[in-house]
Amino acid sequence: MSGHSLYQPQSPFMKWMERRLPIAGLIHSSFVVYPTPRNLNYWWTFGGILTFMLGVQIITGIVLAMHYTPHVDYAFNSVEHIMRDVNYGWLLRYLHANGAAMFFLAAYVHMFRGMYYGSYKEPREVLWILGVILLLLIIATGFMGYVLPWGQMSFWAATVITNLFSAIPLVGEPIVSWLWGGYAVGNPTLNRFYSLHYLLPFVIAGVVVLHIWALHVAGQNNPTGVEPRRDTDTVPFTPYATIKDSFLMIVFCILFAWFVFYMPNYLGHADNYIPANPAVTPTHIVPEWYYLPFYAILRAIPNKLMGVVALGASIVILAFLPWLDTSKVRSARYRPLYRQFFWVFVVVCVGLGWLGSKPAEGGYVIAARILTLYYFAHFLIVLPLLGLFEKTKPLPNSITESVLHGDVPLGASAPPPVKT
Amino acid sequence: MTTMSSAGHTRRDFLYVATGAVAATGAAATLIPLIAQMNPDASTIAAGAPIEVDLGPIAEGQVIKVFWRGKPIFINHRTKKQIEEAQNVNLASLPDPQPDSARVKEGHAQWQVLIGICTHLGCIPIAHQGTYDGYFCPCHGSVYDTSGRIRSGPAPLNLLLPPYEFVSDTRIQIG
Repeated sequence: MSGHSLYQPQSPFMKWMERRLPIAGLIHSSFVVYPTPRNLNYWWTFGGILTFMLGVQIITGIVLAMHYTPHVDYAFNSVEHIMRDVNYGWLLRYLHANGAAMFFLAAYVHMFRGMYYGSYKEPREVLWILGVILLLLIIATGFMGYVLPWGQMSFWAATVITNLFSAIPLVGEPIVSWLWGGYAVGNPTLNRFYSLHYLLPFVIAGVVVLHIWALHVAGQNNPTGVEPRRDTDTVPFTPYATIKDSFLMIVFCILFAWFVFYMPNYLGHADNYIPANPAVTPTHIVPEWYYLPFYAILRAIPNKLMGVVALGASIVILAFLPWLDTSKVRSARYRPLYRQFFWVFVVVCVGLGWLGSKPAEGGYVIAARILTLYYFAHFLIVLPLLGLFEKTKPLPNSITESVLHGDVPLGASAPPPVKT
Repeated sequence: MTTMSSAGHTRRDFLYVATGAVAATGAAATLIPLIAQMNPDASTIAAGAPIEVDLGPIAEGQVIKVFWRGKPIFINHRTKKQIEEAQNVNLASLPDPQPDSARVKEGHAQWQVLIGICTHLGCIPIAHQGTYDGYFCPCHGSVYDTSGRIRSGPAPLNLLLPPYEFVSDTRIQIG
């Protein structure tokens, strides 16, 4: 995806192929010789991890769909059938359920990395916005997937979340009825959620292609935020980035496997092992951990409509980040004030998540209101003003200079690539 | 091409615009079935027809739950004490002021029929709980009185009333 291919096919077949469908050349130029900044750290490996997790979810999801029945009378039992009767069904389901949590974990790390190093700034605005679209898509996909086991939490999550649309004035009720395909969450709802849950991952895959395309046009950001200027600033994607990505992917898989094999239900809720019952609500409804910060924002606003608006705004505002941050300097490494505000923001997000898991009463609500206010203030007040008043540190002249500190090579840094 | 002129609109321009307009209308029309198929289907609407409930077996003080259109309907056979409590409330103190008489059918004050869905986020309240011997929502702590009016907690409105009428003294039709 980066200019003219340098790929030289060796075998007669590949030479024949390259003149007809230059896919090997595309892969070669995108993932082999593609120049990556030599100073990328491990925070840059989560894009690869996310692509891997999308693959895990699609593969495990397709095989689960072979055994699942999307009908209100059979859905719960078909999931238990997967757990007890289907060969390795327990493993495939636990991989899929915990895979969703791992997917969000990687997505949030990936986003915070982008925020810390200013990866959303010119010329990477479209790349960042595509990322926000991907976040919205995985939120929708994860929610609809959670409904499919048709347990108590599934049913009531579907009820509460679809009811959010009823807050829209005038057309709210018809929209909710349209989403349900009935007068309440029921079989038509389960059917369409299943259909869309199968569809959306492929939409995600399509947007991921655009995301990677945009990445390869603009080039990767790096911890200094200074664009590569000469050949010594970059190393080829293979083996440098490939090996680094692979290593952390393995470490990440250890964490994933730890959840799957040792605590597969730790992130879930016991209530979801009770079949859906439209007559009884579980005493404490909580979404999965990865939706908790948004849930806290929803409940922090006393007005139903404004709560829904704030929930939507908390995600949509991310798309405007490239223009809300007025600083010319990308990396927080050279922005001493922004670096502190960044960590405050991380703590606020985690705090909102914690509050989202607590009952909406007393001090929890007050705390959630304060943190919600700060969440929006970070984007609307802190970031625009910081760019105007912050005194940034001097930037290095090049990536090479920042890595080598006056031409003394450090053991950990990669040697300059050999000129070809 | 001989009819083309550099100034003004030609017949060909008109044909282009007209063709485009027809194509756009056709494309928009194909959206109608694609969107409409998601609305409640004929069988769902048929299943949502009115239901009749026999009130005879409901003892005084008992709350039963029936389903209409997938929604739980609470039918409360209220005691004299509960009726009095519901009627003798200072309306100004209520978040959503409504007299008890507006929430029951005239002459049938002992029968309280409600949609048992909390007006906050759609949970099902529990009967005979909470400070007012009415309903209590376990999700976020909304408390309703025996008239189904919100008394405390985050819910903004009183419990909604389903459309219903008495077909005889001991039978109602919901819907």
